[in-house]
Amino acid sequence: MSGAFRTAGQFVVILALFAGVAMLSSWPAYHQIPDNTGVMVLTFVHGADRKGECRRLTPEEIAKLPPNMRRVQDCPRVRRSLHVELDVDGRNVYRADLPPTGIAGDGPSKVYQRFVLPAGKYDVAVRMRDTARAEGFDHERRETVDFAPAQLLVIDYRPESGEFIFR
Amino acid sequence: MIGAIRSVLRAGFDAIERPFDRLFSPALNPLAQLGALGFFFFWIVAVSGIYLFIFFDTGIERAYQSVEYLTHDHWFHAGVMRSFHRYASDLMVVMVAVHLLREFAYDHYRGVRWYSWFTGLPIIWLLYASGITGYWLVWDKLAQYVALVSSELLDWLPVFGEPIARNFIATGTLTSRFFSLMVFMHVAVPLFLLFIMWVHILRISRPKVNPPRALALLSLVALLAVSIWNPALSQGHADLAKVPATVGLDWLYLPLYPLTTLWGNGAVWAFLGAFSLMIALMPWLPPLRRAKAVEVHLDHCNGCARCAEDCPYEAIRMVGRTDNLPFPTQAQVNPSLCVSCGICVGSCPSSTPFRRSEELRTGIDLPEYPLKELRERVLETARGLSGPGRLLVLACEHGAAAGRLEGTVVMPCVAMAPPSLIDYILSRDLADGVVIAGCAESACYNRLGVKWTEERFAAQRDPYLRARVPRERIAKIWASALQVRHAEAEIAAFGAKVAQLPPLKMRSPLPASAPSAQPKAREPAEARNEP
Repeated sequence: MSGAFRTAGQFVVILALFAGVAMLSSWPAYHQIPDNTGVMVLTFVHGADRKGECRRLTPEEIAKLPPNMRRVQDCPRVRRSLHVELDVDGRNVYRADLPPTGIAGDGPSKVYQRFVLPAGKYDVAVRMRDTARAEGFDHERRETVDFAPAQLLVIDYRPESGEFIFR
Repeated sequence: MIGAIRSVLRAGFDAIERPFDRLFSPALNPLAQLGALGFFFFWIVAVSGIYLFIFFDTGIERAYQSVEYLTHDHWFHAGVMRSFHRYASDLMVVMVAVHLLREFAYDHYRGVRWYSWFTGLPIIWLLYASGITGYWLVWDKLAQYVALVSSELLDWLPVFGEPIARNFIATGTLTSRFFSLMVFMHVAVPLFLLFIMWVHILRISRPKVNPPRALALLSLVALLAVSIWNPALSQGHADLAKVPATVGLDWLYLPLYPLTTLWGNGAVWAFLGAFSLMIALMPWLPPLRRAKAVEVHLDHCNGCARCAEDCPYEAIRMVGRTDNLPFPTQAQVNPSLCVSCGICVGSCPSSTPFRRSEELRTGIDLPEYPLKELRERVLETARGLSGPGRLLVLACEHGAAAGRLEGTVVMPCVAMAPPSLIDYILSRDLADGVVIAGCAESACYNRLGVKWTEERFAAQRDPYLRARVPRERIAKIWASALQVRHAEAEIAAFGAKVAQLPPLKMRSPLPASAPSAQPKAREPAEARNEP
C-alpha cells in the first residue's frame, strides 16, 4: 500500500469514527414527554407546626440550668408531618405525609412531584394540613387550569401569605 | 465468568486491532494510543474552552446570546472552536470507555496495576461532571433539561434542604450568579480532572501522554472536517415556563438521563453506586497470582541503571551503594510494584549465558525463574532439535507461541532474554535459527517488552545484540495469543528459509553444555561477556 493511499485510509477511518461521535452528540432526539402532554409539578417547602406546645419553666427548673443557658420556656423542636393531597378532575393523584427534614426533625417538610398530563382543561385541587388538627385542611385551593402542550405548571405554596399559587 | 467476558472482549479487540496494525502500523494504531489520545483531547478541550471563554457572557439572558453570537457570527473561528470543544469532549469519553474495556480485556488491571485502574474511576466521574456542567452553560433547551434532571437527581440524595430543582421550574428564580458559579465549576472540575489524570499515570514508567505526531495531526484535521460538516449548535433558548419536551441528547455524556424517567432517580443512583463499586473492586475479583519479585544480587550489580531505565512499572530505582564495591549506586526493587516480567533481567549486563567459570548469576534475577534456569531450558530444548533448519523459539507467555510444545522456551516476556542469549544459541550451535515470538506489537502485555527487544536488536539500546550475530538467522514474530495460526505459518516459513542457509561459521570452540563451577571472585561485566 503506497504511503498516500495508506494515509488516506487512516484518515477515512478516523473521520468515520469522529463523524459517528459527532452524530451521537445530538442524535437521536430524546422525547422527554409524549406529544401533546405537559408537566404539572407540585413543589414547596414548608414547616408544619411543632409537635408539642411551649411550656413555661418553673423558677426551680430555670435555676437548675447553667447560667448561660437559662430560658423561660421549653419548646420542643420536632415538627409535625405535613399532610398534602392533590386532586385532578376529582381524582386523587397524590396524597402523602411529609416528614420534617433535619437530624432533629425540626426542618421544613418538602415536596417535589412531577405529573405528566395530556393537554386540556382540568379541575385541580390541592390541600394541606400543617397543624395538629386530625381532620380537615388548613390550606386549600381549587382552580380550573387550561393545560397547554409542553406547559410546565407549578403548584407552589407561599408560607408568607399562607396560600397556594398556580404558575 | 469474568474470565469468559475478558476472553470474548479480547477476541473482539484482537479482531479490530490487527487490521488496524496493518493500516496504521503498530506505532500509530489508535487502539494502542487510547490513553495518549485521551490526554490529547483533554488539551484540545482546554484550549478551545479558553478561547470560547473570551466570547462567553455569564449573564442570565446573555449566556445564550453570547453562545449564539460566537456560533453564528463568528462561526469560522469561535464556532469551529465550539465544535472542537464539544466533539473533543465526546471523543474523550469514547477514549476513556474503550481504554477501560481494553485494559480489562488484556487483564491489565490486576496485581500491581490496580493503582492505575482504581484511579481511573474518579476520572470517569470527573469527566462526566465536567461535561455536564458545560452543557448547563449554553442555557438552551438541552441545558434546561440537563439542569432539571441533574438537580432532581441531586435532590434525591438526603443532603440538600430545599429542592435544587425548584430553581429551574419557574422564571425569576435564577440569577446571573448561577452562571458565574457554573463557569467556576466548569473550570475547577476539569482542573481537578487533570490532577487525577496525573495521579493515574504516576506508577507507570514512560506513560504515553502524547500520541504520535502523525496520529495527532490526522485527528486534528478530522476534527476540523467534522466541525465544519456538523457544527455544534444550540437548541433554542431555555424557557422555564415550558418543558423541553424534545431535546437532541448527547448520548455519550447523558445516557443515564432518560433512565431517570424510566427507572427513577433512586435506581439510577443505585446503578452508579454498583458500577463504581464493581470497578473499584475488580482488581481483586479474583486477585492476580503474582510470582516473586525480582531480587538484586549486589555482587553482580555495577549500578549501571539499565534495569531501572527499562522497568515498565517504576519498580526499580537506583540508590546509594550499601556494599564496598567501587560503584556509586545499586538497584533497589520495590516488590509491591514488580510484576516479575523479567525485562530487567534481560537488560542487565551481567546477564550473559556464556559465563562458565562460576555458577550463572546475574545482577538482578527472578527467584522463581532465574537466568540459570532459562539457560538450562534453552539447552534442554535445543537437545530435542534435529534436521535442517533447527529453530529455537523464545516465546512470551502472553503471545501466540506460548502454547507451543516443540523447540520452544517460554518466559514472562521476550525482553527477559538478554541479547547475548541469541548469540549463545547460535554460536554454540544449539540451533540454526532463533525465533523471538512476543505479543502483538501494539499490545505488549508488559508495555515495553516488544519495544526494548527491537531496540536492543537494532543496537539502539543497551545491551546490544552483537554485530557478529547473523541477523538472517533471527526472526521476530509479534502476534497476539489469538494469532496462533499466523505465528505458526511464519515460524514454518522461517524454518524453511534457515534450512537453505549455508552452515553457520561462528561456532564457539567451547562445549555446548553449561558447566557449573564454584563461584569465583567477581569480574567486570564486560570481561565476562565472553567469548
